[in-house]
Amino acid sequence: MVPISYYLIVSVVLFSIGVLGVFTRRNAIVIFMCIELMLNAANLAFIAFSRHLHSIDGQIFVFFVMAVAAAEAAVGLGIIIALYRNKETINVDEINIMKW
Amino acid sequence: MILSALMVILRKNPVHSALFLVVTFFCLAGLYLLLNAEFIAAIQVIVYAGAIMVLFLFVIMLLNVEKEVAAPSGHGFQKFWALVLCVVVAVSLISIMTINVFTGEKGIYSPEMVNEVGNSEIIGRLLFTDFLLPFEITSILLLAAIIGAVILSKKKL
Repeated sequence: MVPISYYLIVSVVLFSIGVLGVFTRRNAIVIFMCIELMLNAANLAFIAFSRHLHSIDGQIFVFFVMAVAAAEAAVGLGIIIALYRNKETINVDEINIMKW
Repeated sequence: MILSALMVILRKNPVHSALFLVVTFFCLAGLYLLLNAEFIAAIQVIVYAGAIMVLFLFVIMLLNVEKEVAAPSGHGFQKFWALVLCVVVAVSLISIMTINVFTGEKGIYSPEMVNEVGNSEIIGRLLFTDFLLPFEITSILLLAAIIGAVILSKKKL
């Protein structure tokens, strides 16, 4: 059995790659995809612990995280489309109406 | 999988990023299979790679994003400090994960016990008995998401 820390290291690396993507990319859709990547990193950690601690609660929680991520992706993409309809751009650098 | 995740954030074309994310999801599903989570692996492929990423690709192609729209524009110092911060976060989290020994009270669902009944059956049994309330609340959440998505697509908000 692979020690759990290996799976956790993979989860942490995935998470930090997602964080890096949110910081560096300027396309709103790609930022959204990096958020999904972070959620998946957390899912991997949950399932690794679920196997390590001989419990199914981790997998049940992953089920709910996936449902929440699907709902959030749908609404977030609706927001991005509405934003594009108003501003003609999805480059987050140019969406600065609230800057003072 | 780490490589495809890196390619998600490094490619300029957002369609390429989405396709690399699909590859990452498939690799994650394989990893879940290794962790005795067959139900979650199937759900990952069906929901994440099959529905959410298709939605992403629809939106990317609907908005007709140009290839170089995510090109960097002189934010070099910001990228450098973002890289430093992410390396610091990763190193600190990895050090936490490897130094500790994760012990805890072991539950009853050992992989051998789960494999003889079936992973999906045990998850279904738990979902409808112990976790019924979150299950029903999730259905309401999905209803709210549907209503929100429909309202956001109206011409006059």
